[in-house]
Amino acid sequence: MREFMIKRICYLIPTLIAISIVSFIIINLPPGDYLTARIAELEMQGDSTSKEYLEQLTSYYGLDKPMYEQYIRWITRFVQGNFGTSFEYNKPVKELIAERLTLTMLLSICTILFTWLVAIPIGIYSAVHRRSVIDRMLTFVSFTGMATPGFLMALVIMVAALSLFDVNLMGLFSREYADAPWSFGKVVDLLKHMWLPVFLIGLSGTAGLIRIMRANMLDILGQQYVLTARSKGLKEKVVIYKHALRIAINPLISIAGMSLPQIIGGEMLTSIVLNLPTTGPLFYRALQMQDMYLAGSFLMFLVVFLVMGNFVADLALAWTDPRIRYE
Amino acid sequence: MSTQIRDKAESSQNTTAKKDYGKSYWQLVWRKFRKDKAAIIGGVVLLVFYITMVFFAEGFAPYQMEHKHINYVNAPPQLPHFVDADGNFHLRPFVYPYKQEMDFATFSKKYTRDTSRTVPIYFFVKGDPYKLWGIFPSDLHLFGTEGDDPVFLFGTDRQGRDLLSRILGGGRISLTIGLVGVGLSLFFGSTLGIVSGYYGGTMDNIIQRITEFLMSFPAIPMWMGLAAALPPNWSSIKIYFGITIILSIIGWGGLARQIRGKVLALREEEYILAARSMGAKNWEIIFGHLFPNCVSHIIVVATLSIPGMILGETSLSFLGLGIKPPMTSWGVLLQEGQNVRTVVQAPWLLIPVLFVVVTVLCFNFLGDGLRDAADPHAQM
Repeated sequence: MREFMIKRICYLIPTLIAISIVSFIIINLPPGDYLTARIAELEMQGDSTSKEYLEQLTSYYGLDKPMYEQYIRWITRFVQGNFGTSFEYNKPVKELIAERLTLTMLLSICTILFTWLVAIPIGIYSAVHRRSVIDRMLTFVSFTGMATPGFLMALVIMVAALSLFDVNLMGLFSREYADAPWSFGKVVDLLKHMWLPVFLIGLSGTAGLIRIMRANMLDILGQQYVLTARSKGLKEKVVIYKHALRIAINPLISIAGMSLPQIIGGEMLTSIVLNLPTTGPLFYRALQMQDMYLAGSFLMFLVVFLVMGNFVADLALAWTDPRIRYE
Repeated sequence: MSTQIRDKAESSQNTTAKKDYGKSYWQLVWRKFRKDKAAIIGGVVLLVFYITMVFFAEGFAPYQMEHKHINYVNAPPQLPHFVDADGNFHLRPFVYPYKQEMDFATFSKKYTRDTSRTVPIYFFVKGDPYKLWGIFPSDLHLFGTEGDDPVFLFGTDRQGRDLLSRILGGGRISLTIGLVGVGLSLFFGSTLGIVSGYYGGTMDNIIQRITEFLMSFPAIPMWMGLAAALPPNWSSIKIYFGITIILSIIGWGGLARQIRGKVLALREEEYILAARSMGAKNWEIIFGHLFPNCVSHIIVVATLSIPGMILGETSLSFLGLGIKPPMTSWGVLLQEGQNVRTVVQAPWLLIPVLFVVVTVLCFNFLGDGLRDAADPHAQM
């Protein structure tokens, strides 16, 4: 197990470096970024203080240096915990993203839990009662759920709530808590608002997981050892939960790691529609304004979060399934 | 002798397998596919969508996509009727014309139905001129009205453009972008997948690391970042291809992995060994044996990955990062719905959502049916 862990960690480092390079390239791709626009603006004014400021910016970010040097500057500071300044908000990036990233992670983890809690029992039921009326209905519902992107569903639900019940479903907090410091009341308020985004983000993932769980379970139920267990005279409950389920649930662990990118993407779009105070809307705005240090830090953090998620999933899989360790 | 006995035993055990003899692989696939009703329905609906939207959108739409009916802004959808207010039955469907009132509190138009008159719907009428496929000039539309009263089955937007016509026209972009994108990722994915699985070794290792790396990126933020980098002064056509390339950059990774798995399994088959011992060259084995055996698998994966691309385009355009007006796709139509207040006033602007969901649903049904059919010997 330790050897496996060390191997995975060694593999993690080049991945992270490659990711940082790609993030840097992406944020530098747009032809006119915010900084150049800012410099042009300052040059137009042409007074001495702005000239000084401009020189400061140029030397700080190494804008007169070649690309790779800019990258090295950016990444060394990034590792040291200095993520640069958002030009639009004129604030350190760190301040802007800390709370939003936390909320994103919280939402993603809740979504995964929700997906599992809903999908596994339904998948088991569907497999055990295969071809029953309820199974057929669940199959249709899960197919439709898979086809419905959360952000479009969010739009429809929001409009329906607003026009039919005059309820505004936007945001994660009530008005009185939006800018308040963290307190017990705020946490309760957050939990009250969170069910809708979690449902919307988890919708297609849950539907997909139901299908996978059902297929896995059907596969296992057809195995000979299940037949053996049944012919031994074991109770059906024991056969399903003790013999079949344990094996059928194994592949889901690696799927949890793989579904994280999907959830983050869905979270982003849903948050933009529902205007949640998570990474989505700010990243979107940063991209529109070409606020490159903000956008780049977001991208980098999301991917790091993902890679870590995959890492944990890998470890969990190796822990439950010894075959993976000795591959 | 003993093998003969076993063969006999097997064939008598499995009488259905007997019918399989003498049928080609594709015949067996078709026979199995035909039994899957959901897949057939999905396929037929998609066929209808592609014919009405991709090939003949202008003809099936009652108006031209950009035709602005300035007197009918934000008009609600009309229902076609057969029975009029007096209870008389008409064989020809009709709609009730709009009656407009000004609401002076909000300064917006309020539409009501004028049930005293009927506006009959005629088929194959002459209307807005257009060029079919950019070549043949025509003004024939599947249906429409004669006279001044228009017909808007899905209502109009805030510029007075017919939503039905815009959905049909927008479908052309939304439906083809998935196909073109999947085509691109198929090309990369299957080439790299086959090479990786067949040659193995260092080559396999490098390709596997790259695909793993690509798959660890969250698709949507990546797409957003790349789409934001497209120069804003690009022409519509360039943006269209830019978006398809962006969508397929991430898509090919998963495909390459699946094909590699298939090739790895096939490589060990005896007929490959036979071909190799007869002195077949590598390219002969790849194109003559491996590729044909992967085709059904490739088709299945492609069908199942088109919905992701369609949704990708829709979400990018919805955010204003993808296709931009005057080019129209379903995402562009939904972008107008991003402003919640407008949509509360005009909920019919959300009708494109229905088309997106139905298209994706049909692709999933079709892909699922194809997947089952691609393995015709498996007993369900």
